[in-house]
Amino acid sequence: MAAKKHNDPFWWTLFGAGGTLSAFLLPVHVALIGIAIPLGWLEAPGYESLRSLVEHPITRIYLFVLISLSLFHWAHRFRYTLYDGLMLKHLESYIMVFCYGGALAGTIITAILVITF
Amino acid sequence: MEQTITLQVQRYIPEQYPEPYFQSYEVPLRKKWVILDALNYIKDEIDGTLTYRWSCRMGVCGSCGMMVNDRPALTCATFLEEYAPGPVRITPLDYFGIIRDLVVNTDDFMGKLKRAQPWLITDEAKPLSEGAYKQTPQEKAEYEQYSMCINCMLCYSACPVVGLEPDFVGPAAIALAQRYNYDSRDEGEDQRNEELTGEGGIYSCTLVGECSEVCPKAVDPAGAIQRYKATGAVEWWQSVLMPWKGKS
Ligand code: SF4
Ligand code: FES
Repeated sequence: MAAKKHNDPFWWTLFGAGGTLSAFLLPVHVALIGIAIPLGWLEAPGYESLRSLVEHPITRIYLFVLISLSLFHWAHRFRYTLYDGLMLKHLESYIMVFCYGGALAGTIITAILVITF
Repeated sequence: MEQTITLQVQRYIPEQYPEPYFQSYEVPLRKKWVILDALNYIKDEIDGTLTYRWSCRMGVCGSCGMMVNDRPALTCATFLEEYAPGPVRITPLDYFGIIRDLVVNTDDFMGKLKRAQPWLITDEAKPLSEGAYKQTPQEKAEYEQYSMCINCMLCYSACPVVGLEPDFVGPAAIALAQRYNYDSRDEGEDQRNEELTGEGGIYSCTLVGECSEVCPKAVDPAGAIQRYKATGAVEWWQSVLMPWKGKS
């Protein structure tokens, strides 16, 4: 009774990568931009320098990868939250389209933003 | 007077009553008594009809698992005193069919074990004349932890995914698959991957982690599953990016 080939390893890779990245990096962003700068512990970088930082190709790639993988992490986790938490496994195909489709849409929007910014 | 404690035991006698019900028994609260001693006291002194499984009474055979106050436990390794002043609720292991009283049906678990193929698989058996399959202590250490499993099924009762997804092969079966995948003498990994990376396999696990919490043998099935997921992911990307490599 060999099981059919599955794409779960693919989704799980994105989930794992997104989880690792966001767990390590998002707290740093929150600490810097959300806490340290508003409280005046660090000097605010100013609009111009922040803009030139974000315009740098490496920053663009960094933001794209961070945002996109975080979205796929959310998608996978939310998929299973709906399955197990709300017992909606019978809606599997709709849930997958909604979750991964949402992450894909977010990825495309992110791509457009980081390219055109 | 000797101190006592009340055990609320779930009974199920299908030929007499269609539904399970609870029956309370008062037993001595003795030091050094485990829950199983209390059940044996009931059986010997109060009510000989009470039915449950046990054998070794030393945490080896894996047959005395029950829910103690809604938590899966080996009753021969769980002290009664911890539950004083009581009452203590004893019910059959969750998510299994009940045959009678505290005895559950293990058929489904046996089927799942088989899916994991927990035995040595070799492409070609070595003829006897070539001698034994040798293994260094380091090679043995690779899988030793997973080999400690006593098939007590506590991890199945602890796992919400087992309850929600009847097809999920479950923690112990996956840990036992890893027991052989990490064995230097084994060549059955591809076969096991095929079964375990698909529907109801390792990716059904959402890393709740309760299996490792309740395991009396520190097998850490949750860790075994996570490692397996990573191996499965590497394999998947290899098969997509380097299809010519194929199966070994
Ligand atoms: S992994 Fe642990 S809890 Fe699960 S069956 Fe084996 S010994 Fe019991
Ligand atoms: S009676 Fe054997 S493990 Fe408890």
